[in-house]
Amino acid sequence: MEQQHYLMPLIMVLPLIAAALIRIIGDKNPNLREAVSIITAIIVFGLLIPLANMVMQGERPSFLIAEPFPGIPIELSLEPLGMMFALIAGFLWIITTVYAIGYMRGHHEKNQTRFYMFFAIAISVTLGVAFSGNLFTLFVFYEVLTLSTYPLVTHAGTDAARRAGRVYLGILLSTSICFLLLALIWTYYLAGTLEFTSGGILSGTASNMTLSVILLLFFFGVGKAAIMPFHRWLPAAMVAPTPVSALLHAVAVVKAGVFTLIKISVYIFGINTLIELPGREILLYVVAISILLASLTAMTKDNLKARLAYSTISQLGYVTLGAILATSAGIIGASMHIVMHAFAKITLFFAAGAILVAAHKSEISQLDGLGRKMPFTFAAYTIGALSIIGMPPFGGMWSKWYLALGTLQAGELFLLATLMISSLLNIAYLLPIPLRGFIRQPENQEPGLKEAPLNCLIAMTVTSVMCLVLFIYPDPWYMLASMIVD
Amino acid sequence: MISDNLPALQVVLPLIAAPLCLIIHRPKLVWLFALFICLISLGISIELLSAVINTGPISYEMGDWAPPWGIEYRVDKISGFVLLIVSMIGAVVMLYAGKSIEHEIAPHKQTLFYSAYLLCLTGLLGIVITGDAFNIFVFLEISSLSTYTLVSLGKDRRALTAAFQYLIMGTLGATFILIGIGLMYMMTGTLNILDLAQRIPEVLETRTIRAAFAFLTVGICLKLALFPLHLWLPNSYAYAPSSASAFLSATATKVAIYVLLRFVFTIFGVTFAFEIMPMGTVLMLMAIPAILIGSTVAIFQQNIKRMLAYSSVAQIGYMILGISFASVTGLTSGILHLFNHALMKGGLFLALGGIAYHMGAARIEHFKGLGQIMPWTMAAIVVGGLSLIGVPLTVGFISKWYLVLAALEQGYWPIAVVVLVGSLLAVIYMWKLVEAAYFNNVEPSEVVVKEAPLQLLIPTWLLIGASIYFGINTDLTIGVAQQAAEMLMGAGQ
Amino acid sequence: MNTFLGLYNYWIVIVLMMTGFYIVIAQGNLIKKVVGLNIFQTSVIILYVSMGKVKDGAAPILTDGIEIYSNPLPHVLMLTAIVVGVATTALALALIVRIYEDYGSIEEDDIHKQDGSF
Repeated sequence: MEQQHYLMPLIMVLPLIAAALIRIIGDKNPNLREAVSIITAIIVFGLLIPLANMVMQGERPSFLIAEPFPGIPIELSLEPLGMMFALIAGFLWIITTVYAIGYMRGHHEKNQTRFYMFFAIAISVTLGVAFSGNLFTLFVFYEVLTLSTYPLVTHAGTDAARRAGRVYLGILLSTSICFLLLALIWTYYLAGTLEFTSGGILSGTASNMTLSVILLLFFFGVGKAAIMPFHRWLPAAMVAPTPVSALLHAVAVVKAGVFTLIKISVYIFGINTLIELPGREILLYVVAISILLASLTAMTKDNLKARLAYSTISQLGYVTLGAILATSAGIIGASMHIVMHAFAKITLFFAAGAILVAAHKSEISQLDGLGRKMPFTFAAYTIGALSIIGMPPFGGMWSKWYLALGTLQAGELFLLATLMISSLLNIAYLLPIPLRGFIRQPENQEPGLKEAPLNCLIAMTVTSVMCLVLFIYPDPWYMLASMIVD
Repeated sequence: MISDNLPALQVVLPLIAAPLCLIIHRPKLVWLFALFICLISLGISIELLSAVINTGPISYEMGDWAPPWGIEYRVDKISGFVLLIVSMIGAVVMLYAGKSIEHEIAPHKQTLFYSAYLLCLTGLLGIVITGDAFNIFVFLEISSLSTYTLVSLGKDRRALTAAFQYLIMGTLGATFILIGIGLMYMMTGTLNILDLAQRIPEVLETRTIRAAFAFLTVGICLKLALFPLHLWLPNSYAYAPSSASAFLSATATKVAIYVLLRFVFTIFGVTFAFEIMPMGTVLMLMAIPAILIGSTVAIFQQNIKRMLAYSSVAQIGYMILGISFASVTGLTSGILHLFNHALMKGGLFLALGGIAYHMGAARIEHFKGLGQIMPWTMAAIVVGGLSLIGVPLTVGFISKWYLVLAALEQGYWPIAVVVLVGSLLAVIYMWKLVEAAYFNNVEPSEVVVKEAPLQLLIPTWLLIGASIYFGINTDLTIGVAQQAAEMLMGAGQ
Repeated sequence: MNTFLGLYNYWIVIVLMMTGFYIVIAQGNLIKKVVGLNIFQTSVIILYVSMGKVKDGAAPILTDGIEIYSNPLPHVLMLTAIVVGVATTALALALIVRIYEDYGSIEEDDIHKQDGSF
């Protein structure tokens, strides 16, 4: 056994301690409660940096938690892709907490203690997903993540929230139990191990037909990646408070899904095995259709958060596509898109939440002229939107570049066309919102409208600046991403 | 001296203690006495299991009469394991019973409850430990008769009809078993299980043995409530006193499954049961509807104890399904689930008892707002529910993993899907409770109840906590289950 | 013919067993159910007793000049089974008394109607 590395479990335990503290402090002292959240977030991110340095230098720290089945441990083991995911989750937790304080207070939400508590727990579990050393561990954290975010989705406690909660749990649990678990056990049966291994563990263990079935089970089983037709939970989850939508449903939860898919492609199947499977072809087309349909649906949505949710589904399709292209550029593009999309989409959600708090507007058709009253919010939104579309000078360009390169490497011109059409659709459904805000005349403007709370503005500024920084300086991410395919 | 006689003491101790309860008479004292006996039983079974693991099977000659003439008590890996399950649940539930019985049963009947409980424990332990086929029948009837009594002590008058129904079906089942044993005796002239196992192969090809096999299977399946012979179970569990429901659901059917394993694998052998006779197909054909129909019916129950009872029908289906594969992995999953299901279902019934303690019953409408009022009890129900569903880090997941693995090993992937669909149905019926408990805010004026007393909470959490602990650390459970499975598979060859 | 007459004791067992079984299933009256159960159990007792008989065997009491004895063990086993049967009947009757006190009836249909169950 390799040396136990205690930094990773420490990082995961810190948010749990914070959750306990938050519960103890409770509503009696909101300032202290939120200070605990922020300070923990900062410490967690601070501790992630030395880990990142280790990974960059080629180390693979690991930690054994338990061994529920002989030969199948629950184990943490860090590799570049997990490091990327952990860094984003850790960094955005700080920002989102800052934002949440403004939002939750501005919106007078109830049960804030419960909110911060489960938020911290969800982060801990997300980090667990990122650190997972084998597919079994990943599955465990994946399931726990579903359960620990359930109280956040149903935070409002209304009938609508309850229904949304049903859809959320229903889809995520049923796909993971019926397909993912089956595929997992099948893999274990064939390969006798679930360790993440470069080059995969499944090559040559069964016929290409069987492996294709397993591939499909895996990809539809990871419901968090929201491939159509198992995408309904994501729009449903939008009843949650905006910080939850922003961090969890645009970043942590869905990214945990696509992260799992990349891991499966690279470390379970292995690129060379994957490329020969007939099931991969089917999947490529399903994902392409999913990308386009989600974009088209997004255009029909008037509710801002719903539109962003469908946009997320479409963008997740990019990552999935990259994962199954089974080319090095595709994998790099997919991993980088996890990062780029995270920063851009969280900016968009922050803006949507800010509009809700400041102007109490949730529908796009109500936004006419609002940009003049809330210039910062709308500016941030515009930057996020441009990054998602893939325009320079924003980070989104890089990932799209590599994804496009990946389709060329794989010789799939049809998919290249899909990516391009989808980018056009992005423009069509994302940009009208700032245009309405800045250009149209308000019909009857209520007096007293002002910018969003300061906390929200700070958060948005940071993330939109990050979109720019990622364009200029994507090197660390690119390094990590290219380490995956080496 | 004492350590040599542990196998006998395991049974004799509760047997003698049961009438003593009537002499002591004061309910509180009786409870303490019974608890003491249960704890000693637990100690004995731990001692026995560790002895078996370290030094191999223990054979004990009752009254120094050498087998096969005398009655032999025999503890091997699987019986040691089941003994541990029964006495562990027996002790935890007894700890719980003190407070709960005081509340649920009229004072003059409380003493009777404890002595019936101890008799039931005697019977169950006896079935497991004995190495004599006829003795199994006797202990089966001891446990059954006391079980009918326990069920009939429930508050609701429907407990009486449930107990009567159970009595009729239980007696039919036991008589079937008796016929089967008689037919085996007719052909072999012996009742000792090991002796039977040696002699049966010579006469295997006769119609009498086949008839014996059929009678035994049907009789045992009645006892273990395998679909469609489960009709007695839902009402009995629903109307029995809370402690009795918990004890029975966690032990009685488990012991019946042990009897099935003993007869089918040890006596008749795998080849006869699964190749000459279509045991695998038959069990599978009953287990699959048990899982699907049991879980589906559970969804529609308003009485939550009844819901859990139907869920038990489904869970029994899982165990039988594992057994029906007749492979080491399949048996491992069945034996594992014996243990795991005992923990989670026992814990859940205890938690429901905590709710019934204040509410008088546990129907879905009583769950309104319980998330706030009884946070610990509800948390126990949620964790137990997650375990029933089979979420990772709980015991339910461990057994499900092995079951699916066993199905895939045989190439039966549709059956693997059935197992997983069963989990989804469990999500639906458990989530009904979660939504009722956490999504309804109660008016403060409406309620005077509060969290269940500590005496109920501690045993509940002991079992629920164990169902998490054994979901993470499985050295003991998987190790023993796997060795027991290998032993059973090897026995017939 | 020989199968029929030669094994007449087993035929009696089967007839009794089926009769008892039928009564348990078909009768709605709880007392009659218990009666059926008793007949059912009795048939098993006869089954055991007849299997203990050894052809030309004497009663199993040691006496000079007798070589073949019948097997006593089934009789002993049946003593236990009879005890069990009596206990079951007693418990069943006790339950019926309690049911009668609570429902005022011992007819199954009536009881189920009162409870509104199946």
